[in-house]
Order: sequence, then C-alpha cells, then structure tokens
Amino acid sequence: MNTRGLRSQLKDSVPVTGLCPQAGPYGVQDSLRRGFSSVKNELLPSHPLELSEKNFQLNQDKMNFNTLRNIQGLHAPLKLQMEYRAARQIQRLPFLPSSNLALDTLRGADDTIGFEDILNDPIQSEMMGDPHIMTEYKLGVL
Amino acid sequence: MATVSVCQYYPGGFSFENCKRNALLEADINKLGFSSPAARKTGTTICGVVYKDGVVLGADTRATEGMIVADKNCSKIHYISPNIYCCGAGTAADTEMTTQIISSNLELHSLSTGRLPRVATANRMLKQMLFRYQGYIGAALVLGGVDCNGPHLYSIYPHGSTDKLPYVTMGSGSLAAMAVFEDRYRPNMEEEEAKRLVRDAIAAGIFNDLGSGSNIDLCVITKGKVDYLRPHDVANKKGVKTGSYRYKHGTTGVLTKTVTPLNLEVVEESVQTMDTS
Repeated sequence: MNTRGLRSQLKDSVPVTGLCPQAGPYGVQDSLRRGFSSVKNELLPSHPLELSEKNFQLNQDKMNFNTLRNIQGLHAPLKLQMEYRAARQIQRLPFLPSSNLALDTLRGADDTIGFEDILNDPIQSEMMGDPHIMTEYKLGVL
Repeated sequence: MATVSVCQYYPGGFSFENCKRNALLEADINKLGFSSPAARKTGTTICGVVYKDGVVLGADTRATEGMIVADKNCSKIHYISPNIYCCGAGTAADTEMTTQIISSNLELHSLSTGRLPRVATANRMLKQMLFRYQGYIGAALVLGGVDCNGPHLYSIYPHGSTDKLPYVTMGSGSLAAMAVFEDRYRPNMEEEEAKRLVRDAIAAGIFNDLGSGSNIDLCVITKGKVDYLRPHDVANKKGVKTGSYRYKHGTTGVLTKTVTPLNLEVVEESVQTMDTS
C-alpha cells in the first residue's frame, strides 16, 4: 500500500523547486520535472507584487482569524477554519474548474468583485490541462 | 511525458508571467534605439469644490500618449453611484477599471445594506485597493458626492493615501488649478459662483499645462439631483478654414477618352425583406 499516495490526496500546495533533491515517485530525484532544469523559477519573484499577490488571500485570512481570536476567543476561528476546510473540499474533478461557491460565501466574497474575477478568469482559461495528468497530479501518482 | 504545462488551475487576477521577459526586452530595446510603447495617460487637470448644497467636480478632456494627444474629448468624470462621482487622473485604463470595479462593489454593497451608499465607503474601498497594489495602479482620483451626512470631497493618491478637504485638485495641471482655488475659494458658496470657480480653475490648467486641454466638463451633485454638464465650456474650438482649396473643374486638361462597356447578365434576383422596426 502506497502510504505516500494517500497522504498526497490532500494536495493543496504547489511543490517548490528546492535545492535538496526532490524524491520522485520511485524514490530517486526527478531531474526532468523538478530541481535545476525546472523552467519556472519560483525562488526569485519577477515583480515586487508577485509574492504579495500570491499570498494575499492567505494573509487576509490569517489577519482576520487573529483579530477574531483576540475579540472572541480561540473557539471562533477554530470553528470557522473547520468550516473552511470542509468547504474547500467541495470540488469538481481536477481538470474541471470549480466555482468555490461555498468557500466564497464563507469568506464574504460572494458580493464583491475584484481583479481576480475580471482578469484571467479560470473558467474562461484558454489552456486546458490534460485530464489524465491532472488527476494523477491530484492523487500524487505523478 | 517529460513536461506538463498545467497541473492545476491557478486563481485569476494579475498574471506576472511576462514580467521577466518584459524586463529583458526593455534592456535590449534601448540598445537597438527603439522605445517601448507608452501607456495612455490623462495628463490632466481635475478638481472639486464643496459648496453650500453639494459638490462641484470639474475636469478637462484631453488624453495623451507620450507627446501625442490620443483623445481630444475623453470623459474623465466617472459614475460610481447615483449620488457619487469620481474624476480620474493618471493612467487612463487604471482609472477606468478602478472606478468601474468600485462602482460595481458599491452597488452590491448598497443592495446588501438597503441604503444609499456613502462617500466614505467608496473612499475606503478605493484606498484599500490602491494600497494593496502599492502604487502600481496609477490612478489619482477626486471623489465627491452627497450622502445622508452631507456633501463630501476626497482626493485619493495612487499609493493609497487620502485627504478629506473642502477643495482639491489633482493631475499635471493641479498647481495651476490650485492657484485659482486658493485665491477665490470661500466656504458656503452659491451654485453659480462654485461652477464659475471650478470652470476657471480647469481653464487655468488647460491653458498653462501641456497635458490638459480641449473642453471643460462639470458635474454638480446635490441631494437628490446630479447635473452632468458635458461639455460645460468649449474652451478650445478647432479653427475654421477660411478658404476652399479644391481645384476648379477643368484645371486638368483631358487628352483622350476610352469607354469600355461591361456586359453583365442578370442570373438570379431575390428579394429579402429587412425588419427595420
């Protein structure tokens, strides 16, 4: 039984190309897909706003939860985070874009419009991932 | 399969994929002697003043692209909500999109609260968005409106700082307009006097600043009524040609003339009725 495969079903983070050899599916380093020859250089941002924009939602949530903890005690953010985790799991198949309606409603973003709704709308994306590859990535088999 | 292009969908919003490429191109282009394209700006004069019953906003109508006038009659006073209007200076696309996004958000907010939106709400939304993008969205705005607490006027800078004042000017012609305001502003003016003051301030910007020109637009906002005067004053009329430069018939002499008839047969004739209702 592949325990690594089960753990990777909760994949919700992008693997960072680090300096230590990343173990691929067979235990040896995966030089074709990760590491030195990887095209996307995630260590250096190409624009001062890139990092802050990538983590904006996370930072907002962290700030809000901290404020809530200071005002109402530890239980309130814990309960809310449990609801967030449950809502985040309501997704369609990996290669189909999900609307994330429950998550948006919880965050209060269902009645606001920002640049993330107008520019680069994932529902109108011109690139489609190969269904097999995307499902394998989601399950950690890739 | 060695490379995978997309492993998961990334959220929308700004994409920084081309930034490195653009930086490299920028460096190379200067070596070759070309210049990269400039964004269309509204080198502008915009101003606003609070008078007895409300707010008067004014703007010129020129949009520039580097040294060229891109639009001789562009509209710089944007609608935010029925009682709030916003003048925009800086990059034209940025002011347009920012005011449209805030207008949509305010509409949703007012539907959710069931009340007429307040100017302070619009101000807060704008400053939070502009601060989030750390000044990369080049939009300098003059926001004015009348709500349940009376008339309000704010000026909002591209980095996200705001000022609440009785009279404000922004844009490249702001110094010229501010000079007029500092000379003739008094609190609690009448509507005609306020309109004249704003018109003169914008005219000062138009005639003394290269980035501003053409006509003067005015927007008078009072409790329950908005007067959008576009154009309020055509300060720069295009000149009328004094003579006709067309050549008279017979200027060019005709030497030879050949006529070749084209014989066409009617093959098929069909009538399609058009619905012009």
